[in-house]
Amino acid sequence: MAPVTPSGGPGLQWAVHEVSICAAAVRAAEAKARELGGRRIAVLRLRIGALAGVVPEAMEFAYPVVCRGTLAEGSRLEVEHVPVRCLCASCEAEFEPKAAVYACPTCGRPSAKIVSGRELELAQIELE
Amino acid sequence: MEERKIVDIAQAVLAENDRMAATLRADFDRLGVFCLNVMSSPGAGKTALLERTLSDLAGEVPIGVVVGDLATDNDAARLRGKGARVVQVTTDGYCHLEANMVRAALDALGLDGLRLLIVENVGNLVCPATHDLGEHARVVLFSVTEGEDKPLKYPTLFKTADLVLVTKIDLAEAVEFRRDEALEAVRGVAPQADVLEVSAKTGLGLERWYEWLRRRLQPER
Repeated sequence: MAPVTPSGGPGLQWAVHEVSICAAAVRAAEAKARELGGRRIAVLRLRIGALAGVVPEAMEFAYPVVCRGTLAEGSRLEVEHVPVRCLCASCEAEFEPKAAVYACPTCGRPSAKIVSGRELELAQIELE
Repeated sequence: MEERKIVDIAQAVLAENDRMAATLRADFDRLGVFCLNVMSSPGAGKTALLERTLSDLAGEVPIGVVVGDLATDNDAARLRGKGARVVQVTTDGYCHLEANMVRAALDALGLDGLRLLIVENVGNLVCPATHDLGEHARVVLFSVTEGEDKPLKYPTLFKTADLVLVTKIDLAEAVEFRRDEALEAVRGVAPQADVLEVSAKTGLGLERWYEWLRRRLQPER
């Protein structure tokens, strides 16, 4: 069978990584839903940092597949994107980098101190 | 319409993996084992570097190796017979190793008596970044044949590196490798990392890599 690559979206092969991460999110959400006696998860909200190492579009692609047969079947995925913020050790100021090299906009030195942007968090669910 | 309840959770999606990684790290610390997670794109020379490293160091330091690949145990076969304990994990299509895979591999390998555990991750410059395997340090390789701007193209993984090894340095001239440009890219993207240039083939730079390792080992028990 030829690889599945729908035009305009990430292909299934490309999304293998996100399938496993999505499945982990749904497992954790289901555990919480059961604990609270919920019958169905209607909405699942994730916070994904720009440095988390996952592609949000691929998460959205994988989501309905991994929800099949779970309490989250038919639910909606909402992703909050968390931008990278880092700290310049010299200027002691936080900034949002604009490129792969996190150069401080004031002094130009690359920052090694990442304050946020690595989040891969199950933030919230809506239960029915 | 049915009433909806909003529930705040605020937990890491990979909490399960993180817990297993923390357990592994505690085991390593208790037993005095220093653990490295070695990552790169396929073909950057991870296995060649480890072959040489085992040959040169296994007589001095007891080393264990966990090798991850999508399929085949070819890499483990290359690493056997060099004085280290080696176990292969085939991920069966998975693009990275997870902590529970390392746990399973260690059940087969055993940590007793080891001072250095090297986990050779699946060849991939994207996916392994997300999963903590309980390692103490991350080593990211990139070879001179891959292009000077590799760190700029795959910043996420390079930004997690403790050490970047520029490999196949013996080929630098043949491929017209622009060394200054590459080092500037590494240092810009990964200012937290140490950087060493090595050749597993000629041995160039390897002594500094071994020194980097030795400094991190716990004293013999």
